[in-house]
Amino acid sequence: MYAYTDFDQAFVRERVDAFRDQVARRINGSLTEDEFKPHRLMNGLYLQLHAYMLRVAIPYGTLDGRQMRQLAMIADRWDKGYGHFTTRQNIQFNWPKLADTPAMLDALADVEMHAIQTSGNCIRNVTSDHFAGAAADEIEDPRPTAELIRQWSTDHPEFLYLPRKFKIAVTGSPNDRAAAKAHDIGLRMVRDDIGAPGYEVLVGGGLGRTPMIARVVRAFLPKADLLPYLEAILHVYNLEGRRDNKYKARIKILAHETGIDELRTRIEAAFERIRGDFTAPDPATVARIQGSFAAPDFATDREIPTIADPALRSWVDTNVADHRRADHAMVTVSLKPIGGTPGDATSDQMRALAEIAETYAYDELRISHEQNVVLPHVHRADLPAVYAALREAGLHTANVGLVSDIIACPGMDYCALATARSIPIAQEISTAFEDIRRQRDIGELKIKISGCINACGHHHVGHIGILGLDRAGVETYQITLGGDATETAAIGERTGRGFSYEEIVPAVERLVDAYLEVREDETETFLETYRRVGMTPFKDALYGSEEEVGRAA
Amino acid sequence: MSVIVTDTGFGPDVFVENGGQFVSASDLALTSATRLGVDLFNDADPGALVDHFERIALIRIPFPSFADGRGFSLARQLRSLGYTGRLRASGHLISDQYKHARKVGFDEVEIDFDLATRQPEPQWLRAAAPGYLEKFRSSRKAA
Ligand code: SF4
Repeated sequence: MYAYTDFDQAFVRERVDAFRDQVARRINGSLTEDEFKPHRLMNGLYLQLHAYMLRVAIPYGTLDGRQMRQLAMIADRWDKGYGHFTTRQNIQFNWPKLADTPAMLDALADVEMHAIQTSGNCIRNVTSDHFAGAAADEIEDPRPTAELIRQWSTDHPEFLYLPRKFKIAVTGSPNDRAAAKAHDIGLRMVRDDIGAPGYEVLVGGGLGRTPMIARVVRAFLPKADLLPYLEAILHVYNLEGRRDNKYKARIKILAHETGIDELRTRIEAAFERIRGDFTAPDPATVARIQGSFAAPDFATDREIPTIADPALRSWVDTNVADHRRADHAMVTVSLKPIGGTPGDATSDQMRALAEIAETYAYDELRISHEQNVVLPHVHRADLPAVYAALREAGLHTANVGLVSDIIACPGMDYCALATARSIPIAQEISTAFEDIRRQRDIGELKIKISGCINACGHHHVGHIGILGLDRAGVETYQITLGGDATETAAIGERTGRGFSYEEIVPAVERLVDAYLEVREDETETFLETYRRVGMTPFKDALYGSEEEVGRAA
Repeated sequence: MSVIVTDTGFGPDVFVENGGQFVSASDLALTSATRLGVDLFNDADPGALVDHFERIALIRIPFPSFADGRGFSLARQLRSLGYTGRLRASGHLISDQYKHARKVGFDEVEIDFDLATRQPEPQWLRAAAPGYLEKFRSSRKAA
């Protein structure tokens, strides 16, 4: 875990004071509402449908038991006793009062947390692989890089008023679990011919109304050049990104309109100009950051019992993945109970997770961008005890990666921009596929749901994507197929006309039935099947004998 | 009347009071005058000024809105191109942005009288805590 230095601590405290002062100046009229807004956003406070929402950063998804307990305390004291984990490794509290927020930010600072730059047109919370430091396929732990970027990007004087928000993700493994290609900048850790570590730099990915997969601007960037190179990209974007239309303001549009080669030329020119302004990060700082992500002192020499209990075995099959050490495992705790709200956890559940992490998982927790919680290091001998404790807290749903492990944005239930409900759709789909044996037979299948075209539910990269729209006052759901957020990233394709609220869940069931029908055998996943056979059998299942499979929904 | 904000607080526009004149960056080649003030608009190329740095006393960059951050990058670029004269941000900046303006290389901010009344001097001079960036940058070109 990264522990705050005196500098970090002083910085977040100063920031809370400054925000308190901004709130006061808003109230006395020194700041207009327009002028106050970016400050509120850059401190995580967003105006939702019913109330304010405070979005708290969980940098690169890593936290410990003490921090999780504090989130539980905040949920009890200033919210309604629960929090919502998001697709960007944040937690959102949906019911704070404006006047309470400085106190909430102070409570976060007490445990080395903050809500800085979780909203607004600035560089947002850096995200990373939730299995970082534990995965067997890792080239290098991406978290020291992510922490370095957090520091560099925090209150960066040049980049607080960008054309639009800016998201960076870092992955340290060839299997990309951080969706790097769906970010404004994606960094993949690679090695050059002589084995030196560096990054492949991708630019211009993003979902929203114009989904695009990021493209490579630099195949190999030496580690020491990271910050000046990022600064060069942001510099070019800040000057040249469009400001005339907020839907065309992301760097993906600049990359598209300028062309990736021309954009690369401009970035490289800026890089040459500014690289001399940077000193190589002070070795002591780097060593300190590296050291704070050192692996825990793994327990050895423990006997690992065989697992007999079928419920436990079923959970191990779906929710437990191989650790880089054979005697340990990575446990994913599903926040997708059948019929529940994806990503929600009660304060009691947060405390239970803290307790389990402290007792069995070297006090480490992660939040995944798939809205689940991860215990990255658990000794295999402790799996039965962990399962029992999760069960006690109602956190034992055995569905990770399966059809009911759905990502859904808040949608009409909370979001002011929504054009349709998304949470209830997720709940109904998971209820329809309640039977765990059926889920396991279906196998890996990622359903992602957004309540409007802004695509916070990442529907474009769902194997089955669902987009809720408003058509003349009626909720209509469009389906896309074949999306993928990993290293084989792809944007899903529209099937045809949309479905009403009542029709959408049966439509998903028909898609799944069609897959079961045409797959080669149970080892061929939904996505593989789709890639092999294409759209036709799925279209037939959706629209049957409908004469015209309209393009317009 | 404008108010000029510097680290010592509000003051008059000394450059203009001493007879200083502004020309737009595109007109620079038309004059051979020295001690010039130059207006550099947000979509102009700062690189075009490099050959004239010697005879420029002050570059002024307008902020069409406080939410349009291009001026911050232009200032930074001028400094990294070697400009050492005075650099002024002008227009709709707010007091919370003063410290950021200073850090990217501006020396001063020009605001109108209404804004100076609504956001009085102490709000601009709130002490800025050191930022993270200082850790990673050499002070070679810092303003
Ligand atoms: S996708 Fe739309 S409805 Fe859903 S959270 Fe984002 S803005 Fe709100």
